[in-house]
Amino acid sequence: MKVPFEKLDKAFENRLRLQIMSVLMVNDRYDFNSLKELLDTTDGNLASHLKALEKEEYIIVHKSFLGRKPNTTYESTEKGKAAFKQHLDALEQLIRQQKSK
Amino acid sequence: MEEKEIQDQLASIRSLMERSSKFISLSGLSGVLAGVYALVAAGFAWTILYNGTSRSYTAADIQTNGQPVYTLLFIAILVLALSLGTGVLLTIRKAKRKGQPVWGKISRALLFHMATPLFSGGLLILILIFRGYYGIVSPASLIFYGLALVSASNFTFILVRYLGLCEIALGLIAACLPGYGLLFWAIGFGVLHIIYGSVMYLKYDK
Repeated sequence: MKVPFEKLDKAFENRLRLQIMSVLMVNDRYDFNSLKELLDTTDGNLASHLKALEKEEYIIVHKSFLGRKPNTTYESTEKGKAAFKQHLDALEQLIRQQKSK
Repeated sequence: MEEKEIQDQLASIRSLMERSSKFISLSGLSGVLAGVYALVAAGFAWTILYNGTSRSYTAADIQTNGQPVYTLLFIAILVLALSLGTGVLLTIRKAKRKGQPVWGKISRALLFHMATPLFSGGLLILILIFRGYYGIVSPASLIFYGLALVSASNFTFILVRYLGLCEIALGLIAACLPGYGLLFWAIGFGVLHIIYGSVMYLKYDK
């Protein structure tokens, strides 16, 4: 049985990255602190995975200031959305194959 | 990858999509309680208004000698405070259980979209009360409350939107039938809240 593991996106192998993308799929923009709270993770961990997604051009970063506090928000790109959908399709396919085994 | 692991991933994705865009910690029980408060208050208001000396069925609509209006206003504000207090307490409890921040991005958006129609309506009603247009109170409070719910429903359960639409419809009917303000108010804030709260409770609180 051929399993389409190669269709699974390497960028989403990490659970946190997949979770970040899930949030950005249904929200136009999400800020760093809200993401941190929602995903219950640390600053460093979240920042490194955001950076990885940014490098893949799956998300774009918007930096602005709220008063004097820096406010960083994230938005998913078309490329990121397409990759996410493909990843989900691949997961679905895997399940279907394992069920029919 | 194991099937269980994949299922697990998909479940986590679905839950995050929901938790990140909707406030799912609204408590159904608090809706039921708010409805009960409203019914008790409406009963109490009824005894003040319909004391038998006159057929003041329409007292909430027709200008009376001032005194009852302020008592009624006091009762209304008390009910509002009680309902809000119960709602906030039970919602905080449920949010803790669901692992959703009570004061996060979503709850702030929810409050803002709810508060805008609610405050403008509330102030308009107060202004009109002081100018003696008592007939406006019941339909306007139902309509503005309905609008507040519809606009807040983008950030929470779709059920809230249906409740809002019912309140608006009820308010418009109340506006056509002057004199039955208290009755419609009791249906809108009492009966509808109890129905909505029970459905919410059975569907989501468990």
